[in-house]
Amino acid sequence: MSAALEILLIAVVTAVAASLPGTYLVLRRLAMVSDAISHAILPGIVVAFFATGDLSSPLLVAGAAATGVLTVALIEAVNRSRLVPEDAAIGLVFPALFALGVVLVSRYAGDVHLDTDAVLLGELAFAPFDRFAVSGRDLGPVALWTMGGILLINLAFIAVVFKELKLATIDTGLAAALGLKPALLHYGLMTVVSITAVGAFNSVGSILVVALMIAPPATAYLLAERFGPMLALSALTAAVAAAAGCGFAYLLDVSIAGAMASTCGVLFAAAFLLAPRRGLVVQMRRRATQRLEFGVTMLLVHILHHEHTEEAREECRRTTLHHHLRWSEGFTRQVVREADSRRLVEPAGEMVTLTDTGHERAQHAVVGRAEDLGSRG
Amino acid sequence: MELFGDYTLRIVALGSSVLGGTTGALGSFAVLRRQSLLGDAVSHAALPGIALAFLLTGSKIPVVIMAGAALAGWLATLAVRQVTARSRVPFDSALGMTLAVFFGFGLVLLTFIQKLPNAAQAGLETFLFGQAAALLLQDVVTMVVAGAVALAALALLWKELKLLAFDRGFGVGLGLPMARLDGLLTALLVVAIVIGLQTVGVVLMSAMIVAPAAAARQWSRRLGPMVALAAAIGALCGAAGAVASSLVPRLPTGPTIVLLLSAVVVVSLLVAPGRGLVWRWLRLGRLRRAPQLDPVLIHLYALSLQHAEEPDHGHSLAVLRTMSLRDADIAGALAGLETRGLAQQTAGGLWAPTEFGRREARRALEREGGEGA
Repeated sequence: MSAALEILLIAVVTAVAASLPGTYLVLRRLAMVSDAISHAILPGIVVAFFATGDLSSPLLVAGAAATGVLTVALIEAVNRSRLVPEDAAIGLVFPALFALGVVLVSRYAGDVHLDTDAVLLGELAFAPFDRFAVSGRDLGPVALWTMGGILLINLAFIAVVFKELKLATIDTGLAAALGLKPALLHYGLMTVVSITAVGAFNSVGSILVVALMIAPPATAYLLAERFGPMLALSALTAAVAAAAGCGFAYLLDVSIAGAMASTCGVLFAAAFLLAPRRGLVVQMRRRATQRLEFGVTMLLVHILHHEHTEEAREECRRTTLHHHLRWSEGFTRQVVREADSRRLVEPAGEMVTLTDTGHERAQHAVVGRAEDLGSRG
Repeated sequence: MELFGDYTLRIVALGSSVLGGTTGALGSFAVLRRQSLLGDAVSHAALPGIALAFLLTGSKIPVVIMAGAALAGWLATLAVRQVTARSRVPFDSALGMTLAVFFGFGLVLLTFIQKLPNAAQAGLETFLFGQAAALLLQDVVTMVVAGAVALAALALLWKELKLLAFDRGFGVGLGLPMARLDGLLTALLVVAIVIGLQTVGVVLMSAMIVAPAAAARQWSRRLGPMVALAAAIGALCGAAGAVASSLVPRLPTGPTIVLLLSAVVVVSLLVAPGRGLVWRWLRLGRLRRAPQLDPVLIHLYALSLQHAEEPDHGHSLAVLRTMSLRDADIAGALAGLETRGLAQQTAGGLWAPTEFGRREARRALEREGGEGA
């Protein structure tokens, strides 16, 4: 397997592994917790490193994951005190832990390879150099095995508590009433998030972990209407973003992690603009249709109001209509054309008059149908 | 003192305390408006601005770089606002995503710059991780000017911004341009963040915003003193962090400042008068002991109802004991009731409720009845 292919594989596996717990974070309004965890694991890594003296020890992962859970517990403790606003708790806890980690690194680990840059940014390009070998046989890069294992853990976790976690995410109160222990599920999820963040920081850095955990699920949230499809779609989005990011990074020879985060952003922007039901374009088109629809109704009512009166000649003249409706000329023309095409109005000399259907529609808009009135009686 | 004669240290300490003061004051508004994490997003999002400013101008003059950073940070706040307003993606997800995506794009630009055949690019990373020790006089001058402008704007628009923080709707009702003021306050916050990037770096910047304000909030219930205190805490910790890191070898300035700030927050959360956790625990302990008194008082009241014509009729300890939980400290409870003026000892060593005690008991029962209904 070539190095480029291995990088691509690691990237896709990491992205999918991160996007799965990320889906729950986005739905539970806990997105920033991923940011906090991914930064706050630094002191855990450092302390575990001092204890083992080995950067690839599994104890490092355990130590960092424990710090991640501790971070969440600390944030919740500060929250429970109700002395600071909820979001401030996150902003207080993770910089403190990160600062502690940085101080520990620069005070006591100055001469080993443990770099805060590396934690923040990661370097996927170096991942293939670190090989996993059993009795001399090369089995591929370590990162691929680590992230593959974490992906399996995440899948197993979600498979085991799928419906419980779904319920606890969507209706915590009901979950608690049914005896599901939302707190336990919450900490389970946080453990999974921490493990994923630890595994991923090595290859892609802590900031990209945040991008992969939040952006693909947020994209899927705009596209899917149900939970299951959203989960699948966010994994798919993550995989596509990772693959495309790797491609761009390879072509332009820039940071792989950065390119992956950028493609995540591009995919979200695309969904934000073009999503079939919630996209900005559809929203705007819907609004324009509603505006036109309302305009047509107003036009009909206006003509009805002045029908058979003295001032109708002035009020309903094609050239002065916009003046009386207080619309722009362009919009007025658009509305009249629309009403005309639906056979609701017809030209009569300089004037615009109602057709029979137009008459009926206008009357309906003002007083409702006669039978409606009767039923309201 | 020799310490303060050190030119570099003076520069670094001055820069750090200007930064702490500015972020402390502006951060107060961010915290009160539930935008604590906006600082985190802005500081990360500044990276592509830094890179682009360098790419386009080829200079590393602080003003140019900071302008680029500010523009990118401001664009990020705009992106967060648009995504939150026009889609169902929640605020925190929009924030986290903007932060990471902008940062990632900045990283792409940075790695692109590093390959340019241009030796001047070295040192852009200091904006990322912060390197207070590398602050130069021109950096500090830029910080002082930008910070002064931001604080002056804050002072000039004080009452409008106060209204924005506490009752936006009322401001709209008064005909004030609240949306524009909101934009201005965000812009000021962006300025404060951008001037700090070089000193403490992107990750720790959010602590500079949140921590002084969170600490100051514990000591004051009013906005003016809170902002002043937050600025003071920020400035002091900034200077103290700079001094501490120059005294202790291999102690980086930014993280030291943040750890100091965190310590101030912890102390404030614990001991701030009236509000602190220690006071709360003491109060809770007192409350936990208090309810013991009340069942005994209710029992006394119930017994006194049977002797309506003779309110001071006494009852023995033994009777009360049979009415209570097995291990309850009835004697202690009675002593407590007596000191509170709710019960009195009659001639024969028996106990009766006082007039006040009967009234209190009746009121307590009515309250419970009311809640049950």
